Amino acid sequence: MIVRILNEGQWHLTDDAVRGLNSFDDAVEQAVTTGDQDQLTRALHTLLDRIRTTGTRLPDEELEDSDLILPAADSTLEDVRQLLSESEEGLIPG
Amino acid sequence: MSGIFQRISMIFRAKTDKALDKLEDPRQTLDYSYQRQLELLQKVRRGVADVATSRKRIELQANQLNTQADKLTNQAQKALEVGREDLAREALTRRSGIHQQLSDLQVQHAQLQAEEEKLTRASQRLQAKVDAFRTKKETIKATYSAAEAQTRINEAFSGISEEMGDVGLAIQRAEDKTAQMQARAGAIDELLASGALDDPTGTAKDDITLELEQLASTSDVENELARMKASLGAGPSAAAQAIEGQQPPAEAQQPPPQAAQQPSLDAQSPPEYQAPPSQGQEAPPAQPQGDLR
Repeated sequence: MIVRILNEGQWHLTDDAVRGLNSFDDAVEQAVTTGDQDQLTRALHTLLDRIRTTGTRLPDEELEDSDLILPAADSTLEDVRQLLSESEEGLIPG
Repeated sequence: MSGIFQRISMIFRAKTDKALDKLEDPRQTLDYSYQRQLELLQKVRRGVADVATSRKRIELQANQLNTQADKLTNQAQKALEVGREDLAREALTRRSGIHQQLSDLQVQHAQLQAEEEKLTRASQRLQAKVDAFRTKKETIKATYSAAEAQTRINEAFSGISEEMGDVGLAIQRAEDKTAQMQARAGAIDELLASGALDDPTGTAKDDITLELEQLASTSDVENELARMKASLGAGPSAAAQAIEGQQPPAEAQQPPPQAAQQPSLDAQSPPEYQAPPSQGQEAPPAQPQGDLR
């Protein structure tokens, strides 16, 4: 599975590694719903660290579609909410 | 893994589909897309330059503020030397305000530097992707047969459009940050211009400098007077008498520096005036003046 961390690039993760990430996804989602910035930052940091350590980085010149896209570690609640609202319209250049 | 991230992944899919629908012949789509990529790359480079400019501007302002803080320290020292604790206190109070500004600037500087690094990395990544896309585009075009090419185009396309989306977000973010900082930098420039923060080039004098200079020049006047009196033979006792008769004047009553041109025996003594030397031959050491800036 290929995962993109916004602002950083893409990582290749094995299925096992991906399964281990599910709980972190929940933590992030919960932080966004409750509007807790500290919790969001913590959850994102743990999640992204885990991806960086368990995954292998994809070389820059490889054109691959990501299966998952994750916000950058220093994203604010506002950023994440915006990403979610944009995902319904798709307004990124390109 | 579902939930939030699946939803975010949708952003880029939608883009790709839209771009692919744009033109009839996929080969045209490829060329069009490549143009857009180059444009974006240009934009990213401009973004990096913008952020670097803002960063340099903040460095410049920090330097100015540092100069200003040093100057105020000197002023406080000078003010203490002439026994004006109130002036010294004022100077130090201002300096602490400047230190506050400086630490704010340092935070901003660090943020801008981080943005700059991120954008630089993004630009390198995008460059690599664009190069890869160009190679792929040419192979696809060379071996073009509609059915077979379509899948490969789709692959190449979603890879690059995702990257462009990501980098696009990075630029947007950096632009927002930079705009914020520029507004702030503008505010500091304005403060410098209005004199609330002093202009370290020294074209305008602040009130502390003016008062210190006034003190220095009045004491010079008095020194000169004393020297003249001594050489006229009026004698130190007369001069001392004249001085003893004076109360330390309030600041507003001090003669302006111009008074130096026409000294008169009635001139008021500044508070820091010392009795002339009993020998009456040598002029007392000149007070420091004029270089307080």
